[in-house]
Amino acid sequence: MDLASAQVIGAGLAAIGVGAAAIGVGNVWGPFLESAVRNPAASDSQFTRVLIGFALAELLGLIALVVAIIILYAPPHH
Amino acid sequence: MAGEAKLDPMRQFEVHPIVPLHVGGYDISLTNSALWMLLALGVVVVFIALGMKRELVPGRWQMAVEELTGMIEKMAGTTIGPEGKKFEPLLFSLFTFILAANFLGILPFAVVPGLHPFASTSHFSITGVLAVLSFSIVLIVGFSKHGFHFFSLFLPPGVPWYMQAFLFPIELVSFLVRPFSLGLRLFVAILAGHVLMDVFGSFIVDGLNGGPLGIGVGVISFLFVIFIGVLEILVCLIQAYVFTLLTAVYLNDAVNLH
Repeated sequence: MDLASAQVIGAGLAAIGVGAAAIGVGNVWGPFLESAVRNPAASDSQFTRVLIGFALAELLGLIALVVAIIILYAPPHH
Repeated sequence: MAGEAKLDPMRQFEVHPIVPLHVGGYDISLTNSALWMLLALGVVVVFIALGMKRELVPGRWQMAVEELTGMIEKMAGTTIGPEGKKFEPLLFSLFTFILAANFLGILPFAVVPGLHPFASTSHFSITGVLAVLSFSIVLIVGFSKHGFHFFSLFLPPGVPWYMQAFLFPIELVSFLVRPFSLGLRLFVAILAGHVLMDVFGSFIVDGLNGGPLGIGVGVISFLFVIFIGVLEILVCLIQAYVFTLLTAVYLNDAVNLH
């Protein structure tokens, strides 16, 4: 298998990590929305933490995207 | 069929000099990246200057500027506490600069053929420097306030000593990763959004150039690009807010150790 094909396959596999991060982000917002509907008064005070949690979960998905970009454009043993 | 345009989403990120300037072997030309950063600065300065009429009953523009500063004051107050007052200018500058730079990058200049906006925050060199800036301020504040006691930040309280010794390198590593993650988050979010818009935009062009099925693809892609545009506005706001909020949280770690 030559480098170009392996690169493309590797980038496709790295994109699975982005999907896994989507589950993580849903894990942050889902329970927040569930409990915010039950207790709206307490939800505003925690919204800031929700954004922090979202950013941290999203970061890992973006790192998977960076891995895909590195594989496609700057693979080792170039 | 005429020559098909090659899909090249990375071309919008090219940095090229506008005013070439070389001093002593160093290239300090004014590039398009620098120009757009100056434009972001100009936008922020104009926005605040127009709201500084200091009327007792504020007009709408002054109200908007007061809301913005109020948001930063609230953020500094809740995350850092009473010591947060001296960090409000830093947080305000970070937030407004990143927000303006992000927004200027998604302006619809491309309706004029050949023109396109440039998102200066879509380069790791820019966001990395912002992250290093906020992280070094955290370090300077931490060490000047606590001296070597700052290292007690990495020993979680209420944990037996053998667990603390085990956790210390883990906490240290996760602390040192902070500037990298801060800069990377902003950079990749803006980069990914722009690449997505470019790819779907090229789908519109290629679709409308194709047969009748292509026109359907073009129309669907057009609706999708509108949706992605709205999403990008949200991402710009969230990423600017999260960068500032995390800087405030790290400052809280440095100022009030636990």
